[in-house]
Amino acid sequence: MASKTTVLTLPEDELVHPGNRACAGCGLSIAYRIALKALGRDTILVVPPSCLTVLQGLYPIAATQLPCLNVTFASTAAGATGVLGALRALGNTSTTVAAWAGDGGTSDIGIQALSGACERGEDFIFFCYDNEAYMNTGVQRSGTTPQGAITTTTPFSGKRQQKKDVPSIIAAHGIGYVATASASYPLDLFDKIKKAKTMSGPRYFHIHIPCPAGWGFEPRYAVKLGRMAVESGLFDLYEIENGKWRLTGASRKLIGGKRRPVKDYLETQSRFKGLSEKRIDKIQKEIDAKWDGYEQAMGAQKDIAGPDAE
Amino acid sequence: MKPRGIRELDAGPVITNPGNSILIKTGSWRSFMPVSLKENCINCLFCWLYCPDMAVKVNDGKMDGFDYDYCKGCGICALECPGKKGKKAIVMQEEDK
Repeated sequence: MASKTTVLTLPEDELVHPGNRACAGCGLSIAYRIALKALGRDTILVVPPSCLTVLQGLYPIAATQLPCLNVTFASTAAGATGVLGALRALGNTSTTVAAWAGDGGTSDIGIQALSGACERGEDFIFFCYDNEAYMNTGVQRSGTTPQGAITTTTPFSGKRQQKKDVPSIIAAHGIGYVATASASYPLDLFDKIKKAKTMSGPRYFHIHIPCPAGWGFEPRYAVKLGRMAVESGLFDLYEIENGKWRLTGASRKLIGGKRRPVKDYLETQSRFKGLSEKRIDKIQKEIDAKWDGYEQAMGAQKDIAGPDAE
Repeated sequence: MKPRGIRELDAGPVITNPGNSILIKTGSWRSFMPVSLKENCINCLFCWLYCPDMAVKVNDGKMDGFDYDYCKGCGICALECPGKKGKKAIVMQEEDK
C-alpha cells in the first residue's frame, strides 16, 4: 500500500476556485476541493442538480476549470455512461469520469441509473456526498436522512424511518471498490480516491458532509461535527476492495477503543431537537449492536483489517 | 462582476470561461474575520486543509495570512487551529472593529 498522504504532501494545485456560492462552513466545499486534487486535471465531471451545482456556480459562473456536464436529476450515472461512450469513440482511455451527486440524487432519484451503470460495469467513479437531506432545495427529507432528524418535510418529532444504507446497496452489485469517507477526514478521502483511480470499473464513494444550514449548527463546528459522527460510531469509514471489507483510519481506531456517546453528537444540532431520551438510547443501542457485529467479524477473520495497521 | 443582460449571454447554457467565480468576492458575506497571530503559529496547515473557500494563503510551506476577498468567515480555521502551548494562532474578530 502506498504511503499515506499528509497535509504537507497534498498537491497545492487548486482545481476549485474561491468565490463559489457554497454557504460559509460548507463541508462539501472541503471534500470537493480535496477530491479534485486527488482526481487531477484530466477529469470530466457529471453533476445533477444539487448543492454542488450551486457551489460550482449559478450560470454564468463556474467555480472549477474542469469540464463539467450538468444533467437532469435522475440521470447522473446515465450521463456519465454517455461521456464514457464519447471518450471511447475518441479512443481516449486516460480521462477519469467522475459523477458527483447528492444523497437525494443517489439514494432516491438517481438510484436506478446508478444501479444500471454498476451492473453494466461502466468505468467511472461515482461520488455521493451525503449531507443527509435535500439541502439545496430547502432541507427536505431524503432516503439517507437519519432517524430522528427534523427536516421541513418530517413530523416535528423528526424522521421516523431509519437511514438508507446506500454503500451496502451499491456494494451488493459486486463492484470493485466501494468506500465511505468524511469531509472531516480529507486525507483519508484523498488516499481512497488515489487508490480508486488506479482501478477500473465502477467505483463508489459515499462522503459524509456536515451541513451548517440544514443541520442547525454554527458554521465553525462543521469539521468538528463530522469528526464526532465518526468518533461516536454513527458513520463508519470503511472500504470494500474486491469484496474485502475493512475499516479505515479513525473508524479502525474505534475497534477495541472507546466510542463517544452518540448523545454528544445529537445534541449539538437543532435538527435532533425532537429526540426524546428514550429514542437517543435506542439509537445508541443500535450503534452498539452494529459495532459488536464489527468486532465479532474482526475476531472471526483477523486479517480483515489487514497487516498494514497504523 | 457586472451582470450581463440576456442578449449579452452566450448562446446555450454553456460557460465558456470556467473558473470565473474568482470575480465574485464572497468576502462581503463575512461578519467575523479570522486574524492570524504569527507568534503562535506552528505551520501545521490545518487551516489551509480545512478551509472551504481556499482563503488561506500558503507560501513556501508556511501559513501566510488570509485572502479576505473570499473568506466567508465561517471560523473553521480558528476552531481547528491547534496553536502553540494552548494559544490559538487564529482568532475570530468582529468585522469593522
